[in-house]
Amino acid sequence: MADEPPDGPLVEIEDLVLRFGDKTVLDGVNLQVQRGERLVVMGQSGSGKSTLLRLILGILRPTSGRVRFAGHDVTQLARRDLNRMRSRIGMVYQYSALISSLNVRDNLALPLEELTDTPTAEIDKMVSERLEAVGMSGSESKLPAELSGGMRKRIGLARALMLKPELILYDEPSAGLDPVISSVVDSLIIETSQANDASGIIVTHEMESAFRIATRMAMLYEGRIILDDVPDAFRHSENPIVAQFVSGSTAGPIQ
Amino acid sequence: MSVFAHLYGELDTTLDKNNFGQGGLVIGPAGQALRGFLQTVSSLVWMLIDMVAEMIDHMRRGRLPFRRQIFFQQTDRAGLGSVPLVCMVTFFLGLTMALLTGYQLRTFGTERLVPGLITIAFWRELGPLMTSVVIAARIGASYTAELGTMTVSEEVEAIEAMGIGPLRFLVGPRLIALVLLMPCLVVMANLAALLGTFLICQLSFNMNLNVFIDLVKEALILKDVVQGTGKSVLFALLIALIACYRGLTVKGGAAGVGTATTSSVVTSITTVIGFDTFINMQQVGVF
Repeated sequence: MADEPPDGPLVEIEDLVLRFGDKTVLDGVNLQVQRGERLVVMGQSGSGKSTLLRLILGILRPTSGRVRFAGHDVTQLARRDLNRMRSRIGMVYQYSALISSLNVRDNLALPLEELTDTPTAEIDKMVSERLEAVGMSGSESKLPAELSGGMRKRIGLARALMLKPELILYDEPSAGLDPVISSVVDSLIIETSQANDASGIIVTHEMESAFRIATRMAMLYEGRIILDDVPDAFRHSENPIVAQFVSGSTAGPIQ
Repeated sequence: MSVFAHLYGELDTTLDKNNFGQGGLVIGPAGQALRGFLQTVSSLVWMLIDMVAEMIDHMRRGRLPFRRQIFFQQTDRAGLGSVPLVCMVTFFLGLTMALLTGYQLRTFGTERLVPGLITIAFWRELGPLMTSVVIAARIGASYTAELGTMTVSEEVEAIEAMGIGPLRFLVGPRLIALVLLMPCLVVMANLAALLGTFLICQLSFNMNLNVFIDLVKEALILKDVVQGTGKSVLFALLIALIACYRGLTVKGGAAGVGTATTSSVVTSITTVIGFDTFINMQQVGVF
């Protein structure tokens, strides 16, 4: 990959359009994520929030528009460069996406073993440290099937942190969790992003979580960003769509 | 949509009769089927190229192309694990062929031709073909089901998102294990068929082992051995590629995995038979 500009936003999305056949999922999205920022992207189910994360990772190719990560145009990168770029981004999946045939230790060690020359003893030490950070010490030998949803989510977060990424993408991190575990996961997101100096893009439609985590928020509606501002602006927004979404009311333009 | 369904292009179902003008109703479905076929072929080729590129890139960093442990697991599963079934199928096939041809040839007093006939049939044709059919059903199906389940549960996408490269990590060891072990399986299959043939020759036609071996050696030529085992390498490559491709492009949850597995077996078997026919026609000089 070419040299990177030292300054500028970490992620820059310009006029991003994605269509599947006749269906327009994203219709001209513009967004920026600065270094150290935690951007929460909100929107209804099926509004294209998770799709946006996959476009940032280069897993999906947009119909038009650009996605830049640290100055590199993700949409133009060759597969080899794309893989190198991806090792600088961590992704936490809604259903954790742990490799079911590998135990917790091997799941966490996988990116290090495959992409770095880190000695095994050091990998084991890092695995223990990351597990301790997410409150899962001693679970190295367990298989994903032996863990609860909350535990799997924490392991997924620990795995995303293994390569010390500059950006962590979270796909519905608190979906399906009870309120206590949800708060624990939210706190972990804040702590880990501060401790690792990593930026974050968090996709959620759970408002309580969103306000807890965000340093900035954006709302996706009908394929476009209709508001991109600090959390307070969302709390007091007069935009009827944003206001309805934040309050969770059934009366309003969102049907 | 799965990572690879998107990466290698999906058949756009909106492109149908409208794009074929007046004759759209007739040409549309045929054109779409042809387009789908060509798209699948090009996807398979690109998948192979991308896999090799990922493996070379990894080796340039002074590493093995894939995990040794996964490779040996796959060789054990595809190779050693398939020996009993492959041998059983060809043993009984050899036995039946010897029985049926032997009784016909006996009418003319030429049952001594049976060992040579079966030897040529298996080493040149039936060994690679029957082994491929068994492997497509046993190993191809398991590759598709396994990778399909991983695709549905986003495990493949997670591997892709980490920058590890699922083609190198998941497809590489499976494909190379099968390609390396297929010729060995074919040799085992042919030997099992000859064993079945010998049993019939001895029990029904009173042929002793030394005579049987002499007749087999007379019929067996190096060219048949090389061509037979050689084409099994191509069949293994086709089966592994189709099975992995179907697994990585699964859509629609558990039902999708089932459909993809069936499709993988059917496509692999028909493709192998198609290629085999083409190779045979080329060998006898039709082209």
